[in-house]
Amino acid sequence: MTFWDRWRIPIMLAPTLAVIVFLFLGGLAYGALVSLGWQPIIGRTEISLRAYHNIMFSEQYAEVFWQGLALTIWVSVGSTVISAMLALATALLLRRSFFGKRLATFLYQLNLPVPHVVAAIGILFLFSQSGLLSRTGAQLGLFDFPRDFPVVVKDKLGIGMILSFVWKEVPFVGVIVLAVLQSLGVDYEDLARSLGANRWQRFLYVILPLVMPGLLSGSILVFAFTFGSYEVPAILGVRFPRTLTVTAVRFFRNPDLNARTEGMAISIIISIIVFFLVLGYMWLSRRTVRGD
Amino acid sequence: MAAHTATYDQSARKRLARALHYAAVVLLVFLLLTPLIAFLFNAFSFRWFYPQLFPTELSLRAWESIVAANSKVPEALLNSTILAVAVTFSSVVIGMPAARALGLYTFRGKRVIEFLIISPTIVPGIAVAMGLNINFIRWGLAGNLLGVGLVHLVPVMPYVVLTLAGVFANYDPDFEQQARSLGAGTLRTFWHVTLPAVFPGIVVASLFAYLISWSQYILTFLIGAGQVITMPVLLFSTASGSNNPLIAAMSLVFVAPSILILVLTARFLSGKSSAIGGFGQL
Repeated sequence: MTFWDRWRIPIMLAPTLAVIVFLFLGGLAYGALVSLGWQPIIGRTEISLRAYHNIMFSEQYAEVFWQGLALTIWVSVGSTVISAMLALATALLLRRSFFGKRLATFLYQLNLPVPHVVAAIGILFLFSQSGLLSRTGAQLGLFDFPRDFPVVVKDKLGIGMILSFVWKEVPFVGVIVLAVLQSLGVDYEDLARSLGANRWQRFLYVILPLVMPGLLSGSILVFAFTFGSYEVPAILGVRFPRTLTVTAVRFFRNPDLNARTEGMAISIIISIIVFFLVLGYMWLSRRTVRGD
Repeated sequence: MAAHTATYDQSARKRLARALHYAAVVLLVFLLLTPLIAFLFNAFSFRWFYPQLFPTELSLRAWESIVAANSKVPEALLNSTILAVAVTFSSVVIGMPAARALGLYTFRGKRVIEFLIISPTIVPGIAVAMGLNINFIRWGLAGNLLGVGLVHLVPVMPYVVLTLAGVFANYDPDFEQQARSLGAGTLRTFWHVTLPAVFPGIVVASLFAYLISWSQYILTFLIGAGQVITMPVLLFSTASGSNNPLIAAMSLVFVAPSILILVLTARFLSGKSSAIGGFGQL
């Protein structure tokens, strides 16, 4: 065995692993250290869970944290579930052959390269109190003033954020599902039909199990992204409650370097929650769906 | 007679179903496009008073301020372009050997390596960037393009490696052997055999590397420390103001290249490619 044969694979993996280990894991690990109070720059070298305790249980921050956590979970779970359902429905809609299918599919995918910053602004233009929807309502005689239009962006319930995420993620998950549907063809359904399965049974017992792996993996990405997303809640959110990411960045930007410990603790908590929810979800879905 | 009515009913039902299907498709496309149409309305509007549905006065004011001498848009476009090109090129160069190893060989610990490489798609970038921020300041990498570009590699690498690994999984390395036995050197073999074979994968990987870098806000913001103005950074700060025509025009300038590039490369894309997940990161 020559040197090259023995070390070929590690050498090929090295550049990519260097990026992952130094930048990704290194950043995370150092962030975790900072969240534990390690900040030699300002002379703090003791390790403690004080920042975690402070944001979760102190009178000053507990409400900000728990309400923020509730909002973050609500927005990300809500966006993921709604997106997944609409993605499945719209993919089934576009799967049938009809005149103009190519054009419709192209327009369906048009917002895929649109960044979330832009998506959030688009939702603002559409749903703000003087936005396009409110103006349409006014033309129809439903409202007289912008203030008559319900507050659905920059609202306490995060409806604007959910709208923004759903608009972005439906085509995203939909394209994944559509690809699976197209690769399946209609053979399975024809078979089920010939065995007497009705439309609903064909959907439930044939199509759904086949698209489930794609739908689940798309949903995982959507959930992980929405949970840690910053731009959308920063543009479409309110002062209270704020999502955890927005609170973390505010702590982090505080000129007082001590506040970084709290900001870092929040983003480590976000990472831990996402990581374990995703792992649990994958474990559950592997048990209920046989991907292969 | 009875049979005749039955077929009539059936074809009427079919026609109704088709009409409903069309209505649903039109509604879907309409809902997906309205936010984009709202940008066009806003970008050319001037004194667009409530409750006018369409702007009655059109103006190029926002566009003039984008090309004005004191506009930051050219600088932001330049920075975004430099970053996206550099990140795309280096991520493909860095990721290619790893993709080859993952696509062609089985080895011990492969699953762990794969998990490591895709883990940045799950863990929010915010934690990584905050952790890197302090060290990047110390190493002189905060507040400049080099540091920001390095951080952009983190969300980009998983998609580049996964896409290229998928291509290498269907690649036959024997062709390289044949080229070499015919006297081609390492470089020539790579250029004439390997590269053409994996080219479609490189196009898709580059598309996603570009899109993810081009759209990146929070990593640029945290590592750029206000010194590196890219299009998303400029747009985000403009969006906190109330100049809607300018916000809309800037958004259009920001999005146009991405849509153009997607249209040009669409034929290489399939929804089943693992890179498609990159769309979820923008």
